[in-house]
Amino acid sequence: MSERIREKLSILADAAKYDVSCSSSGSNRKNEKGGLGNGHTSGICHTYTEDGRCVSLLKILLTNHCIFDCAYCVSRKSNDIERAAFTVEEVVELTMNFYRRNYIEGLFLSSGIFKNADFTMERLLKVVKKLRLEERYNGYIHLKTIPGASEELIREAGMYADRMSINLEMPTESGLKLLAPEKSHKEVIQPLAYVQRQIIQFKEEKKLIKSVPKFVPAGQSTQMVIGATPETDKEIMHTANEFYRNFGLRRVYYSGYVPISNDNRLPIIGSQPPLIRENRLYQTDWLMRFYGFHVNELLNDANPHLDIDIDPKLSWALRNLQFFPVDINVASYKMIMRVPGIGINSAKKIVQARQYGKLRIDQLQKIGVAYNRAKHFIKCADSPYQLKEYQSTQIKSFILAESQSKYLKNDTSQLILF
Amino acid sequence: MRITYLFDGSMEGLLCAVFESFERKAKQVKVELLQHHQPDAFTESMQIHNDSKKAGRVWSALQKKLSPAWIRKFYCCFLSERPDAYTSLYEFCHYLFTHPAGAEDNYGNEHVLLIAQMARKVEREKHRMEAFIRFQESQDGLFYCGIDPDFNVLPLIMKHFKDRYASQRWLIYDINRNYGLFYDEVSVEEVHLDFETQKRLQKIPINAQASKEQLYAVLWKDYFKSTNIVARKNTKLHTQHVPKRYWKYLTEKQIDSFG
Repeated sequence: MSERIREKLSILADAAKYDVSCSSSGSNRKNEKGGLGNGHTSGICHTYTEDGRCVSLLKILLTNHCIFDCAYCVSRKSNDIERAAFTVEEVVELTMNFYRRNYIEGLFLSSGIFKNADFTMERLLKVVKKLRLEERYNGYIHLKTIPGASEELIREAGMYADRMSINLEMPTESGLKLLAPEKSHKEVIQPLAYVQRQIIQFKEEKKLIKSVPKFVPAGQSTQMVIGATPETDKEIMHTANEFYRNFGLRRVYYSGYVPISNDNRLPIIGSQPPLIRENRLYQTDWLMRFYGFHVNELLNDANPHLDIDIDPKLSWALRNLQFFPVDINVASYKMIMRVPGIGINSAKKIVQARQYGKLRIDQLQKIGVAYNRAKHFIKCADSPYQLKEYQSTQIKSFILAESQSKYLKNDTSQLILF
Repeated sequence: MRITYLFDGSMEGLLCAVFESFERKAKQVKVELLQHHQPDAFTESMQIHNDSKKAGRVWSALQKKLSPAWIRKFYCCFLSERPDAYTSLYEFCHYLFTHPAGAEDNYGNEHVLLIAQMARKVEREKHRMEAFIRFQESQDGLFYCGIDPDFNVLPLIMKHFKDRYASQRWLIYDINRNYGLFYDEVSVEEVHLDFETQKRLQKIPINAQASKEQLYAVLWKDYFKSTNIVARKNTKLHTQHVPKRYWKYLTEKQIDSFG
């Protein structure tokens, strides 16, 4: 018995790992008397894999049998791999026992499509219902919405899940058609929009009637695979922006494609996943969501790709030197946030602290500003007087010379000849 | 004249030190732990006697001046048990009571900044404990974990574990500070174990573990292995998130005979 379950867990966890979402935040589901678990608003990462990704959820597939043949997926029909399937009881028991030992924050349940969408969704729903109703489990549950499942099933699942997600997979329709001819963006958009409408409706009702149950309290998310098809960064981020706006998504995940197939439409096995590019996309995503940048400022027709060697905020600043230097002691909070080397927390502290006197360099450093980077873009009480105005290329070379990129294995700067 | 106030390490003692300094209009005061004190020839020292009334007055004055979020920072900073934190808390009280309202937002002041930063460290340690504690189930159904956090975070993590694990008995024991929290499905109690029991309890011995404990530990290790993507290996990032000093807690990081 224990050997078989170990085998199943290995197969089905391995197949689920390419789904990068592991967030456990955003739900404030409370525990009830005699129940187990609750939601933690900011989420908890219980451990990290050796590739540095957080592990907060037990991320498994119910089964890796699948009727589809998407080129980018390990579980595709034509792939010759071991197949397995959990029973409902096995998933429930694993979740409960891992949760009781504080290994995990909750369950992330996905599945290959067997038979048809409704049949699969029904099985997922069974697991969630058993957890919530029989085991009185109130921890986090992230459930995959199966595209094409009936609206009643999706709605019922939403009553028990904390987050639901559907993966967009490829940033553009043409990319998706290339690798997964059976799928389309429309299939994703429909259920996303349906769940979004339900979330709004439940929220409205809750304002009037307190006892209205929670419906997907941690919202929806989606994921795009990066580097499998030749999209530009601009296309990716504009798609992401559209989905954030239209469906109120909590997160869009960008997953650098890890080669798993000999298909000639895809990068060959053994090529490095595009980790830096993925990182730059996430940085752009953060700038859009928290720093008040519009996607067009960061990526437009003139700049369809993000710089690999510097982050998008710095590269925006270098393209727009007319806004700088910013005087830390008078500039608006919004403008201070846009300075490379100053994050949200430092910006807040600066705005609060400057009411009590002009800020100096040493104070900025203590507050947590990356001063060596920020100094090219700011003025403060004791900034040294500077006669010369530097060009953006010069500033870039100053910053690159001082900083060491975590991605560069060898120093690429040219040696001095004489 | 310089003077050193010696207090016993309790919040009450620290607040009393603040009270005494105002009452005596003392200048140039240093606050030190009684047990760490090294007398020197040029400074006088005075031992602070705890008085809940005096401490209460200072505390309520703080509550009037500070938002709940700041009170939490103050408390977290106190739990760090660092000498410079005590000094800053003392100086912070003086700064706060002698300046107009809102002075706590002045991050240009070194004590304000130190408290904010120290509180953050403590909160981080608290969060790490919430994440890295791994319970082991004993034969009689008790879920146990022994910890030795950098800061005294047990009072901070109590609520989290009480709310979450409401339907199981658990015990979290701070091995260094020699006290723990025990929950019996009704309420949480502070417990002290005698030295012998404590030694035995750093980990539950295999013969006292629940029958399925080993199985779930192995399953968890399997899961940890198979969820890793080898092509993306990034050891630096890994150790940044899970510093090595916490590995001893983590079931998935223990080498075992099952493989």
